[in-house]
Amino acid sequence: MSDVAVIGAGIHPFGRHPGVSGLEMAVVAARSALADAGLGWEDIDFAVGGSDSAGNADTSVSVLGLTGVPFINVKNGCATGGTALTTAHAMLAAGSAEVALVVGFDKHPPGAFNPLPEEWGIGSWYGETGLMLTTQFFAMKIQRYMAEHGISTSTLAKVAAKAFANGARNPNAWRRKPLSEDEILGSKMVNHPLTQYMFCSPGEGAVALVLARGARVTAAGRTPVWLRSVAFRTRRFGSFEVFSPSIPIESSPSPTAEAAALAFEQAGIGPSDVDIAQVQDTESGAEVMHLAETGLCEHGEQETLIQSGATAIGGQLPINTDGGCLANGEPIGASGLRQVHEVVLQLRGDAGDHQVPGAPRVGFTQVYGAPGVSACTVLSR
Amino acid sequence: MPEPLDPTVMTAEPRLIGSRCSQCETITFPCQGSCPRCTSVDVREWQLATRGTLWTWTIQCFEPKSPYVSEGAFEPYGVGYVELPGEVRVETRLTESDPARLRIGMPVELTTTPTAGGKVTYAFRPLEDAT
Repeated sequence: MSDVAVIGAGIHPFGRHPGVSGLEMAVVAARSALADAGLGWEDIDFAVGGSDSAGNADTSVSVLGLTGVPFINVKNGCATGGTALTTAHAMLAAGSAEVALVVGFDKHPPGAFNPLPEEWGIGSWYGETGLMLTTQFFAMKIQRYMAEHGISTSTLAKVAAKAFANGARNPNAWRRKPLSEDEILGSKMVNHPLTQYMFCSPGEGAVALVLARGARVTAAGRTPVWLRSVAFRTRRFGSFEVFSPSIPIESSPSPTAEAAALAFEQAGIGPSDVDIAQVQDTESGAEVMHLAETGLCEHGEQETLIQSGATAIGGQLPINTDGGCLANGEPIGASGLRQVHEVVLQLRGDAGDHQVPGAPRVGFTQVYGAPGVSACTVLSR
Repeated sequence: MPEPLDPTVMTAEPRLIGSRCSQCETITFPCQGSCPRCTSVDVREWQLATRGTLWTWTIQCFEPKSPYVSEGAFEPYGVGYVELPGEVRVETRLTESDPARLRIGMPVELTTTPTAGGKVTYAFRPLEDAT
């Protein structure tokens, strides 16, 4: 267990912001996190961050101030935020820094992502023949999962309905209009069994966190939220992952299952101790599957949990209380840190209209993406 | 006979070209120079079986962006993973795009489907009526 804590959290609202660059959003988030911590940029002795397609994080020093601070750029796909957090946590835990800033941001054009096969180690035929789509992967993974574990399409719709209900209560969310289960099921089919409103959209946004260790935590004015652990894994042989022209018949635990197990082990906290969690919900099915992969429930148990409202704000295990990717959109570099930002607000009791009742003490986050990377954190008051 | 879009992935027959590890017998597709399971570089080209079962599937309902190239006006198409017994699960186009006619576990067989530039790519077709 580490003595590293989040002492400041800042966000630039998610959504569409014409005329505002990703880097400008990153600066807004960074200043907001510093103000939240009661610190100035000159107090930061290590910085790390990145985006997938909105530029180099370290160029923000020309606006934030040229203090000479070591600043590492991260470009690690969907795990960009998680990797940045892992790096900052390691630097602090090693005693190589005292107060660190972590920032994640992005700005994507509308529509599905169109990755190039060559950048992912696959021949161009894979993209040209229409197989290189993340939406297809998620649809095929949940299709198989539903057949194996008895998950209904109604449950997929309920996950999305909950996300939009939570987003409606979160002023920083993109999608703030509640949608009914029928509206979600009746929206355009994208990839069976997933409809349009069961998918998140690539979007824009930025999040920054200020982390400190030891005495610097208590010196800060804010109630600290301890970063008990952060664990990051890539795929093993046998895991079913996006952009796989073939998968072995032999199966193995997913990177999410391994990262989550490691995060819990390092924190000395178990899944049953978690009061609130944010998990990757690229689409409804991802939230369903990740709940079990992280150990927060058993495989198949999601059907009862979600149908009974247990994962809603006010339920026994509130999930994606800020609306998740479904209501916030997916700016790749920012999503992993958005999850941590939300847990920090919730554990402090500062989440306003979307605050979970009962003063939650333990939070968990899981970010997942191509081509099979996952980063998990355990946080507590 | 139309040519394969990528002759390193499939033969004109058609057969899918994978690789087999001489050390641990792991089969991968497409062909690669090392084994992802045991890290050996002692791997040989291996032609995959042509029949298997549908392991999972979806329908691609919207036209993908570049680098996808549609052959004529876009029509939704089926995509799935086919389990080739004892070998590997292969991601593939399906000749069937009606969700009511696809079922996990149904037997399927290798064939081809038209792709850009008058060439073909591999696909699997159902061997039974799923309904």
